[in-house]
Amino acid sequence: MVKLLAQRIALGLLLLLAVSVVIFVGTEALPGDVASAILGQSATPESLANLREELGLNEPALSRYVQWLGGALTGDLGVALTNGQPIAQAIGQRMGNTLFLAGCAAAIAVPLAIILGLIAARYVGRWPDKMISGATLATISLPEFVAGYFAIFLLTQVFPIFQPVAMVFPGMSFWAKLHAIALPVIVLVMVVLAHMMRMTRAAILNVMQSAYIETAELKGLSPMAVIWRHAFPNAIAPIVSVVVINMAYLVVGVVVVEVVFSYNALGQYLVDHVAKRDLPVVQAVGLIFAAVYIGLNILADVVSIVANPRLRHPK
Amino acid sequence: MRIPISALLGLIFTGAFFLAAIFADVIAPYPLDAALGKVWEPPSATFWLGTDTIGRDILSRLIYGGQITIFVATASSLLAFGMGSVLGFMAATQGGWIDQGLSRVVDLVMAIPSLIIALVVLSVLPINLTVLILLMGILDATRVFRLSRAVAMDIAVMDYVEAARLRGEGQNWIIFREILPNALSPLVAELGLRFIFAVLFISTLSFLGLGIQPPLADWGGMVKENKDGLIYGKSAALMPALAIAALAISVNLVADWVLSRTTSLKGGRGG
Repeated sequence: MVKLLAQRIALGLLLLLAVSVVIFVGTEALPGDVASAILGQSATPESLANLREELGLNEPALSRYVQWLGGALTGDLGVALTNGQPIAQAIGQRMGNTLFLAGCAAAIAVPLAIILGLIAARYVGRWPDKMISGATLATISLPEFVAGYFAIFLLTQVFPIFQPVAMVFPGMSFWAKLHAIALPVIVLVMVVLAHMMRMTRAAILNVMQSAYIETAELKGLSPMAVIWRHAFPNAIAPIVSVVVINMAYLVVGVVVVEVVFSYNALGQYLVDHVAKRDLPVVQAVGLIFAAVYIGLNILADVVSIVANPRLRHPK
Repeated sequence: MRIPISALLGLIFTGAFFLAAIFADVIAPYPLDAALGKVWEPPSATFWLGTDTIGRDILSRLIYGGQITIFVATASSLLAFGMGSVLGFMAATQGGWIDQGLSRVVDLVMAIPSLIIALVVLSVLPINLTVLILLMGILDATRVFRLSRAVAMDIAVMDYVEAARLRGEGQNWIIFREILPNALSPLVAELGLRFIFAVLFISTLSFLGLGIQPPLADWGGMVKENKDGLIYGKSAALMPALAIAALAISVNLVADWVLSRTTSLKGGRGG
C-alpha cells in the first residue's frame, strides 16, 4: 500500500509541475505578451522593445520559467504590473479570507450532505427521496452567481435577515465575521451539496445490494440501523473521495461567489487582474488555485486507498 | 414511444428558447439598445418585464441576449463534440502513441479547473466571440474525448469491427460506419449536458466581465448590469438569471430522458 501511495503522490507532484509549465508557457506561447498588454493601444515598436528589455522578456522562455518557478517555491511571486506591489504580500492578505469562507462552507455542507444522503437512501423511491432529488436537480442547473443573486434577493429583500455585501476586516470579532459571510456560505453550500448528496445516496444504495445487508435485515435490525451500522462503514471510501472532490469544486465556486458578494479575497483578486491583463498576478493566483485543486484530488485518491480494506491488507 | 411529462416540458421549453433566439428580430418588441423608459421600471403593459439599469426594455434584451448565449453555447458544444469525438475514436481505434499522447494531454487539461484555465488564457488573448467559442470548445472537448474514447473502446473489440478490419476497410470506414452509429446514443445525451455546461460557462464569464462585451448583450452580462438594483429591491437582475436557470433545467430534463433510454453509458458527466 505504501508503494501505491508513494506512486500516487509522485504522480500528483509531476502533474503539478506540468500544470505550472502549462500556466507559464501556455500564456507565453499565445499571441501578445506582457509588454503589449501593459502598453495597450499606445504601443510603438520602440517602446515595446524597451519595455521587453526592462522586464527581461528577451531572455529565453526556459530560463524565465525556471526563475519564475524558483521564485514561486520560495514565496517570491514577483510584483504586479498594475501597481508594482509584491504579489506574495497581496495574496497573503487575501488567502485567509478565502480559506475562512471555504472552510465554513465545507463545515456545513459535508455533514449536511451525508445526513441527507442517508435519509434519501433510507426512503429510496418514496417522497423524502423524491423531494431531495428534485431539489438537487434544480441546484445542479444553477451557476454559482445565479444562485447567489436568488439568495440575495430572497434573504435581503423578501426576508431581510442578512446584508448583501460580505465585508470582513481584521478588527472584527469571530461572530461578527460569521454573520457577515453567512449569505455567501449558504450559496456555496447549495452549490456543492447536491452532488455530494447524490453520490452518498448512490454509494449507500450500491452497498445495500450486498448479501450481508440482507443478513442484517433478516436478523431484524431496523432499516436505519442497517444503513448506519452495515452500509455506511462500507460506503465510506467512495463517500470520502466524493467529499474531497467537491472541496475541489468549492475552490472554483469560491472565485465567482467572492465576486458576487464583493468579498475581498483571492478569487476577487484574480478576476480583477484578468480584466487589467496583469499577467504575473494571474499566473501566480492561477497556479495557487490549480495547486489546491490538484492537491485535493491527490488527497481523494490517498483517502480512497487508505479507506479500502482490500488495499490496506493485501494478501 | 411514450414521452414522460418532464421530458415533454423540457422539450417544449428548449424548443421555445431556440425559436425565440432564431426569430429574435421578429418577436422582440423593442430594439436591443434603445433607452425608452425610466430606470428600473416595474413590469407594465408597455414593458412586460420592466426596464433595466438605463431604462432599456428587459424583455427585448432577454430575447436578443438569448440569441448570443444560445449561439455561443451551441457553437462551442458542437466544436467540442466534433473535436472530442473524432479524437476519442481515433485514440480508441489506433491505440499506441496516438492514444497515449492524446490521453496525457487531456489528463493535464482536466487537472486544472476550466474556469482557472479560461481566466489565465483570457488575460492574454483579446476577448471576442471567436476566442470565447474556441476556448470553451477546446476545454469542453476534453470531456467529450474521455467519454467517446471509453465508448469506442467497448465497441472496437466487437466482432463486427473485427470483421470490417479483416475485410480491409480503412480507418475512416471503421470510425464513421462501424463505431459512430453504435456510439451515437450515449453521445447525444452527452451533447445536452455539454450544452448546459457551455451556457453556464459563458454566463459565468460574462458575469465576471470577461465574456461577451458590450454593446452585445447576453444573459450573464445582463445579470452583471442590473445586479446593483437588487439591494434596492429592484428585481431586474433576476429575469436573466431565471432565463439561464430555465434553459439549463429544461435541457437537463431532455438529456436525463435520453440518458435513461440508453443502456450502457461509460464515462463521467461532471461539469
